[in-house]
Amino acid sequence: MPAFDEMHGFGQGVRPAYRTIQAWLDSSDPENLKRLQKEAEFLFRRIGITFAVYGDAEAEERIIPFDIVPRVLTGSEWTMLSKGLTQRVTALNRFLADVYGAGDIIRAGIVPSDLVYQNSAFRPEMVGLKLPHDVYVQIAGIDVIRTDDKDFYVLEDNARTPSGVSYMLENRDVQMRLFPDLFADTRIQPVDNYPDELLTSLRSLAPASAPAEPTVVLMTPGPLNSAYYEHSFLADKLGVELVEGRDLYVLDEVVYMRTTRGPKRVDVIYRRIDDDFLDPLVFRPDSVLGIPGLISAYRAGNVTLANAVGTGVADDKAIYTYMPEIVRFYLGEEPILKNVPTWRCREPDCLRYVLDHLPELVVKEVQGSGGYGMLVGPKSTKEQIETFRARLLADPDGFIAQPTLALSTSPTFVGDGIAPRHIDLRPFVLTGADKVRIVPGGLTRVALKDGSLVVNSSQGGGTKDTWIIDDPADDASPTSSSQSQLQSGS
Amino acid sequence: MLSRHADSLYWLARYVERAENTARLLEAATRLSATPIIADGGRNEWEMAVDGTGTLDLFHQQHAEATQRTVVDYLAFSLANPSSIRSCLDIARANARSVRTALTMDMWETINSGWMETRGVNSPNLTRQELSDFLSRVKELSLRFDGSAYRTMLRNDAYYFLRLGTFIERADFTARVLALKADVLDPSRPSLGGSADYFQWSWILRSVSALTSYHWVYRDNLKPNLVAEFLILKAEMPRSLVYCYENITLNLDSLSRDYGRQGVSQRKARMLLSQLQDTTLPGLFAIGLKEFLERFIFDNDSLGNTIAEQYLG
Repeated sequence: MPAFDEMHGFGQGVRPAYRTIQAWLDSSDPENLKRLQKEAEFLFRRIGITFAVYGDAEAEERIIPFDIVPRVLTGSEWTMLSKGLTQRVTALNRFLADVYGAGDIIRAGIVPSDLVYQNSAFRPEMVGLKLPHDVYVQIAGIDVIRTDDKDFYVLEDNARTPSGVSYMLENRDVQMRLFPDLFADTRIQPVDNYPDELLTSLRSLAPASAPAEPTVVLMTPGPLNSAYYEHSFLADKLGVELVEGRDLYVLDEVVYMRTTRGPKRVDVIYRRIDDDFLDPLVFRPDSVLGIPGLISAYRAGNVTLANAVGTGVADDKAIYTYMPEIVRFYLGEEPILKNVPTWRCREPDCLRYVLDHLPELVVKEVQGSGGYGMLVGPKSTKEQIETFRARLLADPDGFIAQPTLALSTSPTFVGDGIAPRHIDLRPFVLTGADKVRIVPGGLTRVALKDGSLVVNSSQGGGTKDTWIIDDPADDASPTSSSQSQLQSGS
Repeated sequence: MLSRHADSLYWLARYVERAENTARLLEAATRLSATPIIADGGRNEWEMAVDGTGTLDLFHQQHAEATQRTVVDYLAFSLANPSSIRSCLDIARANARSVRTALTMDMWETINSGWMETRGVNSPNLTRQELSDFLSRVKELSLRFDGSAYRTMLRNDAYYFLRLGTFIERADFTARVLALKADVLDPSRPSLGGSADYFQWSWILRSVSALTSYHWVYRDNLKPNLVAEFLILKAEMPRSLVYCYENITLNLDSLSRDYGRQGVSQRKARMLLSQLQDTTLPGLFAIGLKEFLERFIFDNDSLGNTIAEQYLG
């Protein structure tokens, strides 16, 4: 069965949300589009929006390909989606407060205790620690997909240090710079207030001991990290210092940064560095990226870490399978966003089924991320499947399996014209002391290879500008004025 | 601001300035190599260019002979020379990347796109035209960087540290080029005859891009004592030692005003500036030009260290 296309549905004509895009593509000269696609790439390179691919010394700095055809969602689609995201992230935070606190959900028999307490992302250091407003995941990136025009499925919750938000912001900038006429007749919800919303959220969660004007910093592992561009970009937009571990130190359980005016107290650290590297005294002793004593300051309640330590226990792919129950348990509501049906390979019945159906399934490591170490059955050779089968048998607990979903497609500019390519969407969900904030849109990732279902940038994926537009009136057709403007612009 | 960021900005400015200075040295050498005069104790113009960067020893460890080929490679492209243009731009960009938040978009784009444009050029057998294009691009990068800093940066500590780097580096370079030719600038020295003197003196001025402005200030032929005066004592000359120190003092004072605290750097810089201002041309030659310049290079270097201790540690 062909996948649902964001522009053409299942082939019953152009969906109203895409009328502007359709008119624009119809009136554009492919050669001109090709030229602008090149120019977009040049812009990204000049601005320095690059990322590093681990283990690829040749291409130390690559850009993530930007596709010039925007992805469009309507206001009502977005309203539903953002309600679902708010619900999901609220539940994630409640879950974390619970597993590091009373453990109600485990005693209620809803989530097995070994999945939590024996999880390598579970941090005993967090037990009994009271965080400001019980917020653990200040910044979440929830990957959603759809297979028709009704439902959104969550593919993955990212509750550690989700990245990609700089692309959401830069994609809009570049899209507007290259195609100003495209924006002439469409009102698109802005995304550029994201840094403001982020800063508001972070400051609202400063520790009680912080001054009225808390000092926020963004902590990066350094210029060699694959997401360094994003770190510097965000720090710049937030107007906060971009620090490395060596810029900070801890004295009497308070964190300070070394400045040209002497030591300055730090209250909130938006850290883009994994738990393992935060504090060599508590976690990996060989880490030179972290700050000795940070966790003692954290436990003393003198600094807020965003996200909190130990949030990985909630975005684990094994915990994922329990998310519908988790939502119901804490909120007493039905989940608005669906979970992809998942087989937990740790359960013998499921494992048997998965082993029997490997060529049809997608199998993922419970701890994996970034599209590494997964098997996409229908796209794999017999040999790859057999290799994977051996890995699966050796450690069934380490894997989950899902049906191969027909991710929706979206028109995408490829070498010789426009063709459908599979996409997903990562909205960024901010949780502050007062409420949850979501900037309308997110990062649309697109699998540029024909037929590929893997959208990760490390695996050859690209990105698109993501538009949330007002609901088009169903009987409206593109006005003649908008068409002529588009034509004159191309 | 973070001490590490201040340090990166300071060195970013120094390396951009150094890349530009090296480009000017190479231009001057190219020009001189097209004239028939070689009269400096058997040293050719290429070796002089290397000497202008103060790394002649390192050069001779890597190359037996100073030819256009070896010197262009060493000064422009070699990664084995930490002060080659390529090395300078690599370090400048790495620094810029690590202080991305302290730069404006214009400054970052200048460094990044300049770095991208020049990194492809890398042949030891460049034609004169290709070399000249490359050097133009390097100078352009520096000019645009300077201009975008001037036009787009907030006037705060980040700006002051950047400027300090520029002027400490520039003072060092002007002093080194002069020291290299201190003997030919001595007015008591017998003439080399013919146009040899002219080419020596104009080489100095060209290396610091000061030949035209010399004529505007003095409205006279090149005179060795005036060349020295121009590059050391003339406050209107933006590459002169006095001008550099006026700006170093100014930026250090702005820093201490913003921070509400004076330090060793401020005192040291002011002392060096007043020494320069109190110096006269006859006084200069009475001390001995070479001795004067060597002393200056040492003091300038030591001020750099003092600034590092006070702010960048």
